Amino acid sequence: MTGIVIHILLVAGLPPLLLGVIAKTKAVFAGRVGAPLLQPYHDVIKLWRKESLFSGTTTWIFWAGPVITLSATAVAAFLVPLTSESAPISFAGDLILLAYLLALGRFFQAGAALDTGSAFEGMGAAREVTVACLAEPVLFFGLLVLAKLSGTLSLSTMLAGPLSSSWQSSGAPLLLVLVSWFVLLLAENARIPFDDPNTHLELTMIHEVMVLDHGGPVLGMVHYGAALKLFLFAALIVRVAMPFSLRNPGLHAGVFLLGMLLLAILVGIVESVMARLRLVQVPRLLVAASVLSAFSFILLLR
Amino acid sequence: MIVQWLDPMLVLALLVNFFMLGASRLRAVIYAVAFQGVLLGVMPIFVRGEVGWWLGLLVIATIIIKGIVLPELVSYAMREVFISREIDPVVSFVPSLLLGAAGTGLALGYARTLPLAPNHSGSLIVPASLATVLTGFLILTTRRKAITQAVGYLVLENGIFLFGLLLIEAMPFLVEIGVLLDLFVCVFVMGIIIHHINQEFSSVSTEHLARLKD
Repeated sequence: MTGIVIHILLVAGLPPLLLGVIAKTKAVFAGRVGAPLLQPYHDVIKLWRKESLFSGTTTWIFWAGPVITLSATAVAAFLVPLTSESAPISFAGDLILLAYLLALGRFFQAGAALDTGSAFEGMGAAREVTVACLAEPVLFFGLLVLAKLSGTLSLSTMLAGPLSSSWQSSGAPLLLVLVSWFVLLLAENARIPFDDPNTHLELTMIHEVMVLDHGGPVLGMVHYGAALKLFLFAALIVRVAMPFSLRNPGLHAGVFLLGMLLLAILVGIVESVMARLRLVQVPRLLVAASVLSAFSFILLLR
Repeated sequence: MIVQWLDPMLVLALLVNFFMLGASRLRAVIYAVAFQGVLLGVMPIFVRGEVGWWLGLLVIATIIIKGIVLPELVSYAMREVFISREIDPVVSFVPSLLLGAAGTGLALGYARTLPLAPNHSGSLIVPASLATVLTGFLILTTRRKAITQAVGYLVLENGIFLFGLLLIEAMPFLVEIGVLLDLFVCVFVMGIIIHHINQEFSSVSTEHLARLKD
């Protein structure tokens, strides 16, 4: 029971902090003081207090999009084990549900963007969907590797204790999965080599252009959903990367949180040292990540 | 103890293959092939599990030739002809990455069916060698620039070198030196050809060499 409460608290409270850490890392690299670590929380609260304004040309899909996206991502967050042995919801085959809950959220976000009737937002939606369909094999090949190693189809079991012995027997495939999933995290959350989260009104952006017409609480939901998605992928990566025996729950939780912060710093470093790729190069990087994760699966089958 | 590090190194070498198939900047490709050369150079130690002076000599010679001299020659040619990237290969980067991945998968599958000596049967050496040869072949045939094709030769030779690792106990490195000399000549000739193409045509695309004239 306490495990579930901790899970809910982490899912509800931690995601914007990751964004804050990323922004702070980038500020340090640029030699600035930067916004405070808790700035994303203030942003969400500020947006939540504003009034809702909807354009007359939009229909219910416009406001339903962010609501459904946020709730689908939140449900998905209950499938991924965080600090405890097992996630609150866990059954055989829940990895498929995880992938398609995220896809459902993306579908409605793209739908809300198309609903505005703006050509600019339609372009962003098209790009988002293109990136997503190239990124999906990366997630699934990685999950296949984990399923093959653990012999189960449930996320909680495949990310639990026996993973540490898998690291000794087949470390190379797991390492490849980690690298390809890191690329996946950057692509799915529109981070820098794929998309710049800080620029508005540029012709090459992907995620930000889809939410240009959203404002107030709805925009807050979009931001929170995006932070939650980043949190989800980061949790998956950290759970694979730290195969920890769960004998000491407190220590385990500490290592998990430390891992999340380190991953956020790593994303910040990548964003500071890399330039955004040209749009035509994005598929190449994603295909390379797919090839990596497929290769790790082949290595495992050998 | 040291032998168990061989497979991760071979995986790293295979990853370098993918990188070379996907990268368009020549400098990055040349650095990658140099890195692969160094990686291959230290591998005999991991195959044998011990270092004698003869093996040490082989390792140092391989690293110098594969990791420094040959890449340096190619990058010298690159600087001479002012080419920094492969613009439009015959098979573009994403398909060639996929082809490389398919080739690697097939090599892993095929190597399992080969009747190898029992102490080699579980190792990654044979599939890695086949996959690297395939990658080299792919680079050699699908890139337009003569410099990238020279790099393809180097990768091809790296694959053959990997296969030679199997015989490192049975045969001295005379065979290897022979291959390296061939390669050296190859790169040398390539350099001369590139120089001449550059003087004649002001571009080093081998497409212009498709027609014979009398």
